[in-house]
Formats: sequence, C-alpha cells, structure tokens
Amino acid sequence: MSFLKINNLSVDYQMRKETVNAAKNINIEVNKGEILGLVGESGSGKSTVGNAIINLIDEPGKVSSGSIVLGDLNIHENSERIVNYRGNKIGLIFQDPQTSLNPILTIGEQLIETIQTHLQLSKEEAKNKSINLLKEVGIKDADKRFDNYPHQFSGGMRQRVVISLALCCEPELLIADEPTTALDVSIQSQILQLIKKLTKERNLAVILITHDMGVIAETTDRVAVMKSGDLVEIGITKEILTNPQNNYTKSLVSSVPPTNKKISRFVIIDNKNKGNKPNNIKILNRWQKRKITSQNLVQVENLSKSFDDNFFTENSKNFVMAVNNISFEIKEGETFGLVGESGSGKSTIAKMIVNLFKPSSGDIFFDKVNITKIQKKSELMKFRKQIQMIFQDPYSSLNGRLRVKDIIAEPIKLHNPSISNSELNSYIFDLLESVELIQNSADRYPHEFSGGQRQRISIARALATQPRLLVCDEPTSALDVSIQAQILNLLKDLQEQLNLTILFISHDLPVVRQMCDRIGVLKDGKLCEVSNTENLFLGPQNEYTKELLRLMPKIESIYN
Amino acid sequence: MLVVAFVSFSLFNFVGDPINNMVGEETSDEERAELRETLGLMDPIHVQFTRFVINASQGEFGISYQLRRPVSDLIVERLPATIELVVISALIALVSGTLLGVYTGINRKGFLSDIILAVSLLGVSLPTFVIGILFIYLFAVILGVLPSFGRGEVVDLGFWTTGFLTISGLKAIILPSVTLSLFQMTYIIRLVRAEMMEILQTDYIKFARARGIDEKSIKYKHALKNGLIPVITIAGINIGTLIAFSIITETVFQWPGMGFLFIQAVQFVDIPIMSAYLVFIAFVFVMINFIVDILYYFIDPRIRVKGDVASG
Repeated sequence: MSFLKINNLSVDYQMRKETVNAAKNINIEVNKGEILGLVGESGSGKSTVGNAIINLIDEPGKVSSGSIVLGDLNIHENSERIVNYRGNKIGLIFQDPQTSLNPILTIGEQLIETIQTHLQLSKEEAKNKSINLLKEVGIKDADKRFDNYPHQFSGGMRQRVVISLALCCEPELLIADEPTTALDVSIQSQILQLIKKLTKERNLAVILITHDMGVIAETTDRVAVMKSGDLVEIGITKEILTNPQNNYTKSLVSSVPPTNKKISRFVIIDNKNKGNKPNNIKILNRWQKRKITSQNLVQVENLSKSFDDNFFTENSKNFVMAVNNISFEIKEGETFGLVGESGSGKSTIAKMIVNLFKPSSGDIFFDKVNITKIQKKSELMKFRKQIQMIFQDPYSSLNGRLRVKDIIAEPIKLHNPSISNSELNSYIFDLLESVELIQNSADRYPHEFSGGQRQRISIARALATQPRLLVCDEPTSALDVSIQAQILNLLKDLQEQLNLTILFISHDLPVVRQMCDRIGVLKDGKLCEVSNTENLFLGPQNEYTKELLRLMPKIESIYN
Repeated sequence: MLVVAFVSFSLFNFVGDPINNMVGEETSDEERAELRETLGLMDPIHVQFTRFVINASQGEFGISYQLRRPVSDLIVERLPATIELVVISALIALVSGTLLGVYTGINRKGFLSDIILAVSLLGVSLPTFVIGILFIYLFAVILGVLPSFGRGEVVDLGFWTTGFLTISGLKAIILPSVTLSLFQMTYIIRLVRAEMMEILQTDYIKFARARGIDEKSIKYKHALKNGLIPVITIAGINIGTLIAFSIITETVFQWPGMGFLFIQAVQFVDIPIMSAYLVFIAFVFVMINFIVDILYYFIDPRIRVKGDVASG
C-alpha cells in the first residue's frame, strides 16, 4: 500500500485565450522511506505536480480532475483539510534558499511560529525542539544561531534552515522542488546526503523534483520522467537510466554529459533535429581563418583583482581578493576551461580578459601585446574586435527593444562602418544560418525566441566581428540539458571549422570535460591546478580538485 | 544646509535694497549710509555670509521689515500652529494610508478597493487648495459643523500654544489637517498596495503558506513588516513636503502658522522672514532624513548587522 497516491491528476491554467494543461492525467505513487525523483525540462510540469499536492498552484491554475490520497484520505476533498496538512503532514522545500526565508524575522521566530501553528507546545518547548532540529540538519552552535536573521547564513546553511522548517512538525511527506539547483557542488552533495539520511531515519516519503540527471542517479530510488505535462515513464531509477523505453527519456539521458569519458559530440535523439552530423558553417567563406600554431594566444601573468566596497578606507575588512596572483596561458585553437564554485573569481578573470575590468596588478598578453597597458581607444578597439564574449543569461544579454538583425549588425557596423546594406544583410543571414537559425529570425525580437535560440543569437553576435578568442561565461547553465547539448555541439563545430580559441568558464564539471582541452581549477581566487582534461579527471593532483570530482553528481553511478 | 543658508543669504542681499524697505521716504542719504554701516552691509560678502551663518545657527535671523519684530520671536510664536497641523495630518496620512493600502493590496479585486483607488486618484490629481475650498464649502458653509478658518481657542502653555485642549481648537484642526494629509495619504495607499502585492508573490510568503502558517499571520506579520520598509523612506520625505504644502493649506484656512506667515512675508517682500523660513525648512528636512535613517536601523535587520558577514 503506497503512502501517497496521485490518481489521474490534471492541472489547467485558464489563460485569456486558451487553457494550458500543465499536467495531464498523472498517476504517481510514493512509498514511505523512498525517494521518488521527478525529472523533466523547464515547462514539463514537474513543479506543478509538486505544488498541486499541497494545493499551492499559482493563479490562474487549478486542479481540474483527479485525486491525491495521503494515507487513506483524499486530501483534496475540501480545501480546509489541505491547509491543515501543509507543514503538518507535508513539508515543502523550494529551490532558492536566498528567497524562501523572510528576511526580517529571525530563523527562531520563523521556526517557533511554524511549530506552534501545528503542535500544542509552549514557546519554550518549541524553542528546544527547533534547536534540536537545527542541530540535526547540521547547523553548528544552533542555540546561538537561533536568533540570527536569514542573511547571516550562507546559501547552504540557509537551505538547511529551510529543511528544518519543512521538517519541524514531523511531516510524513517531503516535497523538494529543485532543492540544490542554486547551490555549489560541494554544498549540493551535503544537502542531498542530508535529505537521504532524514528519509531513512524518519521514514519519510520524498518527492525530489529536479532537472539534473546526476542528482537523480545518485539520490533517488524511483524516477518519473515528465514532458510537457505528460508522465512519459516511471520506474526504478536504475532501469530508467540504463534502459529507457520512451524516446524522450532516451534523448534526455543521452544529452547528459557523461562524467567518465570524453565524447566527440552529444547524441541528439530528436525528430526535428537534422541529425548528428556537424552542420555546414556558412560564414566560413568570409572568415579569415587563422592557422593553428602552437603559440600562446593569451598569456596571463600574475593577475590580481581586488574589490573594496568601502570607498574611504582601503584595506578595511571588506577587502576582497577576487583574483589572487594567477598565471596561465591559452594556446591558439584550444579550449581552455576555468572551473570553480561561486565566488572563486572565474567570471572576474573573464571580464579582465575582455577588458571590462581593470586588473589591480598583473598583465594579460593577447597575441604578445600587453592589453592591460593599452591607452589609446583605437588600439583597444582592435583587440575588442578579436575577443568576444558570450554571457550566461540569454534573457538579459540581448537588448529586448532591438530586432535580431540590429543586434547582430551593431558589432559589424562598429568595426566596419563602410559596409553596404546588402552586404550587411547577407552577412547577417550567413551568421544566423551558421548558428542554425532560419533567415526570417532576423526581423524578430529576442522575446520571440526560446532560451536556447537566444543563446544562438548571442553566439552569432559574438562571431560577427570574426574574433580569435571567444570567452564563454557559463554559456549553458541557464538551459535545459537537451538544449545544452545542442549549444555545446554548435560551439564545438564552430571551433573546429573556424579555428576559434575558446575560454570556457563553468561550474559544471561534466560539461567542462566534454568541451575543454585543458582545464584550470580555481578556488577563492587562486589557481589550484592546471592540467590536460584527461589527466585532471583521471589523476587529479590537487586536494580540492579531488574533492570536487568526488562530489560531482555522476549519472554513471547508477551502473555500479 | 550650508547651500540653503547661502541661497537664503543671497535673497537677503540681492533681492532689492533692504535699506529701501526699512526706512521711510524722507531719510537722507547720510542716514542711509550710516544705517548700512551699523547693519554691516558694507563688509565683504564672505564676512557677511559667515556672520549670517553664525547668527542663523543661534536662531537670529534679524528683524522683520514689515512687523518690526525679531524674526525668531515671530517663528517661535507661529511654530506650534504649524507643527500641530503637520503632525496631525502626518498621522492621518500614515495610519489611514497604511490601513487602506493593506486592504486594497489584499483584496485586489474587491468593489471597495476599486472605490478607494478611484477616490485616491482624485486625491492625487486635485490641487490642495481646491480640496480645501471644497471642504470649507461642504462642512462650514452648507453643514456648518466645522469652522472654516483660524485655530479656535488656544491654551498658552508658556512655551507652546496648543489648540488640542479646547473643543473649538480640536474642531478647527480637522479640516486643514485632513486637507493637508489627503495628497500624502493617497500616495501612501498606492505605495503600500504595490508593496503588499509584490511581497505576497515572493517565495518566502509561498514557503510560509507551504508550512501551513495562518493567513492572518502571513499577511500582517510576514508581509506587512516587509512592506513598511519603503513606506518609511517615503513617509520621511513626505513629512517634509507636508510642511511645504502647509503654505497653501494655511492660506486657505487662515491658519496662523509659519506658512501663512511666509505668504504674508512674500507679499511684503519681508526678506528676513523668508530666509529664516527657508533655513528652517531645510533644517527640518535634514532632521527627518536623519531620523528615518535611524529608524531603518531598528526595522531592517539587514542594515543592523552589516559587516557581520554570513558565517558557517
């Protein structure tokens, strides 16, 4: 007898013109002591199912049919009952610990209030209970930190507080909606371990909603795969991941970058996509292709950057060394990866190389010229043309008020003001085609495109000046895995055919392994290790690198 | 403060010849020159300015041209009326503005909310003096329940004259203070409403709901407390504006406060009073902002423990 039974659940969003079925006839069962993974790409309806269980669907969505049975009771029979169940029988954890705690109440106040809502305890008893709970989720000095405000905790610690809040009234069902997506790998693994431990100790039924197949592989007992509101496959995690039956599951699993080997291209199983051949790159005819020499294109020497958020007193305690005495070089034609957790200084380095930040000390040589010392604007422009950047967020990095063709035309006209209109248009069309976008995209606005398509526009814009070095700052971390696979394939093709040099920045080790020839590992602004990709993954030298590799969620762990 | 002091000082010096205003027509040139000398008007500008600042900081603004009395005395005499008016209308604006704002923020689609918002639109768009005159017409002329001008009977407490202790005084303050507060109130309603609506969408409210916290507690404890933080900033600035707006209201209601004094001063080109008023208003603005900053410290824990960086 399963503890939670979702029968034929459908959720509709009544929009002005149409009704969107966010979930269609979902049937899921969860047992006590079991973690069920709910996996799918954005828009697949996985969060909708989670929210539907406790009836917290945002307007104008509502459960249109089906029942949710917890124990023996249909908890959706009346809305009063489900309100009593919230927090009491069912706990919920949200994605972002930065925003899920009320900033102006202490964590103690929030815990006590929650406990007293559901359990008949005095304030003193509630306090003792919360302190024990905080200890259980791994917060040191729990009795002292009880009176702290949320902003005094780091991201991982905050997520622990969130977990303790979700568990404080001893629920029997825990719904974790992307609980580790906003966290670094090392903290992610701690939180997942904690959830696993609590599941066993308290005999919880857990629904873990995530898009990360590695997390699914390492944490869950069973997995349900969702696609645009449909449940396409459900079963034992190991079976689903090793032997997927459904076509969509197959493509999802094959899009995940493997951590144990390097593959030349991602296999994309999708009827719409032409296939797995490298695409023909049209701008090749216009490209002044560089010969690959074994010379260094970029050489970074003793680079440092400090931020001081206090204007008046230097060397105050707010003094932060974001980048601390770093040296490395990038050879022409290679892909150099920089990996590190948040705050490790990887983006700061990227911004210094593209000359958006001035280094505090140290030199950056590009093609043997020290670009940190360039004073004249015209000289600088020459280098700007050769170094282009692709940003993480495809939503904010394109100007929403410009047509795609104007976005791409801007850098072309800047560096070649005399270009004729017809020439410009055919150039733009070639660029769009090279990034696998159709020609009439040129007259549309960015908001008409999906995230992956927008990132393609960003790439086209970056290629417009025919750069030698492409700096990619987390280019795929905002995208779904299948889209990520396509974009990474595209970058690989472009690099191969145009002899581009790429500086690839990411926190995602499997992705870096697939993309890069050499990798530098950053921690707290210092470079721990620089090595060939294969050497780094097979025989890491540095302790921190070893730790990172050990903690990375591995989809392959399922085979063991 | 210094900048404002300089502007009011410039007023003093460059808007016409003060001596012309002070003396009669039959004064001889020698007498004028003598008067100039005794008033220190022949000194270089920076000496005069320093003297002005020193005097101003001690509350000395010279002698009113028109009333021939020290400006500081006039201000002390008129100050209580203005302060009472402003405090009362600030209270009305804050309390009713917040209450109505919360109501409209929570019951977004209610009939009453629509009415409140429609009326508040009127409050923003109608000039203060029109509202004042409408009120006088309605309550004083047609209904005859409230006085249309003055402060009513006042009780002199020595250092302060108050209208709060007599019925006629209390009655007299109703119309002007409501008139004055109306604009600020509508402003606060809209601000609180927008804040509440935004905060009720945030993750921590959703998480509080998911924990089963009472709706009442979510709205009035979790949401309202966060929503009031920007209100305090705006309210602080607005209390300053209230004093400025009080010029109009005081004129309409013949309220014997500083604004009324100022208007009279303008009509008679009474520069000392005008400059004193300017300096005073600037001082009030600075003080209010200072108080708001201190309040922030108590209300928002994120500021209180700044520098105490997250640990653990």
